[in-house]
Amino acid sequence: MKKFKFGNLFKDSFTTLATVAILCLFLSPLLYMVFTSLKTKEQMTAQGSPIWPAQPATFTYQGTVLDMYNVPTDQGIKALALFKKGRTESQFIDPANLNAQPYTFAGSYRSLDRPWAFSPSWDNYSKAWNTINFPRLFFNTLALAFISLVGTIASCILVAYGFARFRIPGKNFLFTLLISTIFLPAAVTLVPTYTFFVKIGWVGTWLPLLVPTFFANAYDVFLFRQYFLTIPREMDEAAMMDGAGPFRILMSIILPQSIPVIVAVSIFHIVWSWNDFFAPMIYLSTREDLQPIAVGLNRFNGIHSTQPQLVQAAAMMTLLVPVLIFLIGQRAFMRGVVITGVEK
Amino acid sequence: MAAVATNSKKNGFFLWGMSPNSRREAIWGYIFLSPWIIGFLLFTLIPTVATLGFTFTNIVIVQEGAKPLAFVGLDNYTTLVKDSQVWESLLVTLKFAAIALPIGILLPIALALLLNSKHLRLANLFRTLFYLPYIIPFVAAIFLWSGMLNPGTGWINQALRAFGIANTPNWMEDVNWVYPSLVLIGIWGIGNDMMISLAGLQGVPTELYDAAKVDGAGFLTTTLNVTLPMISPIIFYNLTLGIVGLLQYFLVPLVLNSGTGQPGNATLFYNMVIYKTFFTYQNMSYGATMAWLLFLITLGITLVLFKTQKYWVYYAAESR
Repeated sequence: MKKFKFGNLFKDSFTTLATVAILCLFLSPLLYMVFTSLKTKEQMTAQGSPIWPAQPATFTYQGTVLDMYNVPTDQGIKALALFKKGRTESQFIDPANLNAQPYTFAGSYRSLDRPWAFSPSWDNYSKAWNTINFPRLFFNTLALAFISLVGTIASCILVAYGFARFRIPGKNFLFTLLISTIFLPAAVTLVPTYTFFVKIGWVGTWLPLLVPTFFANAYDVFLFRQYFLTIPREMDEAAMMDGAGPFRILMSIILPQSIPVIVAVSIFHIVWSWNDFFAPMIYLSTREDLQPIAVGLNRFNGIHSTQPQLVQAAAMMTLLVPVLIFLIGQRAFMRGVVITGVEK
Repeated sequence: MAAVATNSKKNGFFLWGMSPNSRREAIWGYIFLSPWIIGFLLFTLIPTVATLGFTFTNIVIVQEGAKPLAFVGLDNYTTLVKDSQVWESLLVTLKFAAIALPIGILLPIALALLLNSKHLRLANLFRTLFYLPYIIPFVAAIFLWSGMLNPGTGWINQALRAFGIANTPNWMEDVNWVYPSLVLIGIWGIGNDMMISLAGLQGVPTELYDAAKVDGAGFLTTTLNVTLPMISPIIFYNLTLGIVGLLQYFLVPLVLNSGTGQPGNATLFYNMVIYKTFFTYQNMSYGATMAWLLFLITLGITLVLFKTQKYWVYYAAESR
């Protein structure tokens, strides 16, 4: 057990504080996004505006909204509310001291700076939500993620079971072939596959994105296989003695012991699917109503790139679901990385 | 990789020389493998061969309809050799990889070493939070970063100006700063590699560290002589997949500037040129030729890497 030492306390706090500093830098883009997504269009272009969402300060006096200005007075610059506008001189009241005489500023109030007050502009989110039909995009993304999840899990489990448990002529060759597909550049298969999907009329539908997931992929087969190999064969053999067929053994012996790897693969598949951009873009470019959110967000940026606050709000809505899934299931995630990562 | 049970080779060919039991087992095995075998034929082997076939033809889809299909021999290959855009974009890809790869390999390990430090409190919380950006869809991350790197309003330049640096870079609009910008976007997603490295670090037997300590080795010596060799299989894995990924790199610049190659032609990556040849110029045969060149380059580098394995990758034991 660790003994308490003063030197350790120093090292511990130094290491931890240094890590906090690095982490703050690392995650600062998230804060940038949150802040920017809550700014008004005016603040985005205003010189010298604060980094946090703010609007020019106002003060409500007896039911009327007065604009605040930074007014030079005898006691230095003070934030005062414009009470009576004039071309050459204006009257201001001090919100902090309403009983005092209105202060008269000799000069144009238009030449004065305005102070900023914290004021998040939430309607960026409703604007982004409405202009691009986010509910539809969410639904599409979820549907694509879950249907392809079923395909991936089912097919990869079957194939991995085949590789893990059966003596098959040519198995080593087939397994090497499977793994080598990881190294094959996607561009090599792109055009014939695309042309094929055009010919059979699948372009503009979800089928090119979903159907291939039912034919297994190298990564997930590899993970399942590695996991299945760690499950003792004795139970298979006992079940076989009792007359269970291969399919029965998979369902009642292998799968119940494979929950961790199934969970890990599922989580990573959903994240991958939420992230997927290229295939949906080329197959659904003409069908905005069928696109998932990554493609929709890119389209949104194309339309509103001059309004960063809307783009950031849309980006925020895009990443919210995966980030929430991650934060809720972070334990399973971290275990998943270990399962998926260590087995090379 | 764990050993795979070797099949019993008896006389006879394939399934026919087998005992009924073995044959039944093999047939069941093929049934379970069949989804992948069918998928491999349909979505990998046939398209790859078809693409190879395309390289000897002149398929160009133009507005007026396709030109008559003809066999053109090695025309596409001779054009390819003389095409300066091909070689320039290949150079762009290699230049970017030369910057991105070392960082992409070393930084996750460095971060994993930090997060594995016995002096770090709340280590699990830090691991979760450093992992977090990996979860963020890359299209969202790109827009986030293009805001952060905005020369005027982005936080990076605002921070630099706050530190008194007046000559702030134009990041993604500057030929010299666009690769660092892209690397920065990439670094944001190191969470997964970091966790894999961390799992590797935690798998190093503590006796080795104790022995190093007895020998009077400091942190640096221990890291170089114990830790890195012990996690070299993970470095090898990250390196191989990193190279394969970087050779195909183009999605981030595609989203950033719709594939214009701005600034200059600095982001006209090789795979971007392939993509544009296919979908913008619709020159399927030429794109196919470029794709096959990429395939051969990837294959070559991967094979060389696997050959070098025995010199620097240390596998503690084959058995688990």
